[in-house]
Amino acid sequence: MPEQLLFAMEVTLNGLMAGVLYALVALGFVLIFKASGIFNFAQGMLVVFAAMTLVGVQTGQIPFAHLINTIFGTKVHHFGWTVPTILAIIVAGAAMVFVAWVIEKYILQHLIGQPDIILFMATIGMWYFMHGFAPLMWGSEVMKLDVGLAQGINETIDTTTYNWFGYGFFIDNLDIVAAIVAALLVTALVLFSQYTKQGRALRAVADDHSAALSVGISLRFIWVLVWSIAGFVALVAGIMWGSKSGVQISLAEVALKALPVLMLGGFTSIPGAIIGGLIIGVGEQLFEFAVGPLVGGATQAWFAYVLALVFLIFRPQGLFGEKIIERV
Amino acid sequence: MTTDMNADSYVTEDGRTIGPVVMDLKNITLRFGGVVAIKDISFDIREGEIRAIIGPNGAGKSSMLNVISGFYKPQEGEVWFRGSKRPPMRPYQVARQGLARTFQNIALFEGMTVLDNIMTGRLNKMNANLFQQAIWKGKAEREELENREACEKVIDFLEIQHIRKTPVGRLPYGLKKRVELARALAAEPSLLLLDEPMAGMNVEEKEDMSRFILDMNDEFGTTIALIEHDMGVVMDLSDRVVVMDYGKKIGDGTPDEVRNNQDVIDAYLGVSHD
Repeated sequence: MPEQLLFAMEVTLNGLMAGVLYALVALGFVLIFKASGIFNFAQGMLVVFAAMTLVGVQTGQIPFAHLINTIFGTKVHHFGWTVPTILAIIVAGAAMVFVAWVIEKYILQHLIGQPDIILFMATIGMWYFMHGFAPLMWGSEVMKLDVGLAQGINETIDTTTYNWFGYGFFIDNLDIVAAIVAALLVTALVLFSQYTKQGRALRAVADDHSAALSVGISLRFIWVLVWSIAGFVALVAGIMWGSKSGVQISLAEVALKALPVLMLGGFTSIPGAIIGGLIIGVGEQLFEFAVGPLVGGATQAWFAYVLALVFLIFRPQGLFGEKIIERV
Repeated sequence: MTTDMNADSYVTEDGRTIGPVVMDLKNITLRFGGVVAIKDISFDIREGEIRAIIGPNGAGKSSMLNVISGFYKPQEGEVWFRGSKRPPMRPYQVARQGLARTFQNIALFEGMTVLDNIMTGRLNKMNANLFQQAIWKGKAEREELENREACEKVIDFLEIQHIRKTPVGRLPYGLKKRVELARALAAEPSLLLLDEPMAGMNVEEKEDMSRFILDMNDEFGTTIALIEHDMGVVMDLSDRVVVMDYGKKIGDGTPDEVRNNQDVIDAYLGVSHD
């Protein structure tokens, strides 16, 4: 087999794996947008906050240590214990539910019935608030996240492909784990929304608020629920991204990559988020591989956005979005 | 034959039993800023009856219905439900008390199938927790089957078997109205509120809808309050009629009494000011 083709295959596989990570972030956007029509700009910050909380709890860091030290002149930083990973994930998950509750009670509750743009602005506010709040709580150093996920080259794939083609593929174990976790997460979400009472209520709210109220669904409960689920998805995305590249505030910018993913897949479709993520992941890797050398590289920085722009022109609702019909 | 309509319960000419008062509205006033939508209106709804609220456009009929179903909060007045005063409630809490409603402009879950839409009407009849639902045994399974059965009964009753699996968004207007009614009926409400159930329908569809309303009341004993501005339809359907005009109550009584009420005639036909 020609070497170029083998390279391209390896690049495609790696692109798929990267796409899974984009898709995880995009999923959080879709959930909230579907249920409440809010484009949650702060989703990326939720990812960072979730990851920071996880590391902080796991390593026994004292929250607000800097603040406490400044006010009381103490020098505390750690409790001096470490928390088992599973327990730390549960605590971080609970923290995300609490965040969802706070957002609903102190922000969304007061903005019911306001135009979408107001709610969007509120989520930008949340972004900046958390941008300051998260480091205040957990410090601003780069945190190392280790939840015991396998990392580094997958030897089996390397050896197998070497035996087949005489060329070993480099696939990161972490990417494989991420793909499996994402598949499980999406399956769980789909089962939840199709077959449970709460899922049915969630779909009902996404469809029509008045009708949902008239059959006895509490909008507040559903909003807390959906923000909690988005928080949980953020936690999963945070674990994956954090394990890969460390946890720091700039991680929130991966959320920007979710925007082209959403434009491609459609803002209201869960499968759309996944497939959009994969297309962007593969597309930008292959484009860099094929065209990058001709234009001096670094095409990943803009490829996704240009692709999204082209999509906006020809299919503004995205691949899986609801068709936009306007009646005159 | 004379019937004493002030008694605790009485039997109508066609043999239905009308029970005690279920919903009692006392001196309701509703304002939007400076506009008075409802002005000091009182009336009651009795168990098992079909109660109509009629009036010209803009009379405040829909506002009244929204007060009853908790979507609007009146500035003054009291709502009594089953003998106790109702505290201020959100619409979903009112729904959980056993009030179901339909909307003038149809509020359905367009993306779901007809069956799923009707199933949402029974959400509050499901008590299994998430864990039970996940393992799909015992309570969750039993409840799902029971609710499914109840929905099928409603579907049969309203003759919409052929569209059970169709997404609601694809249905024509008349059928959407019927699906919305089915969803409300599936909740087995103790009071069913219908906001212009026949608006925008042709004669045949209106006849169907009238038949369904009568049958619902007859077979399930459902108490129904409905809004309509088509006088003819209302007079044939209802046991008692409230007439509203410019936010005020101008008539209340049996269809015959209302028909002969001079204020009502003036409101509908206009009156010459000379």
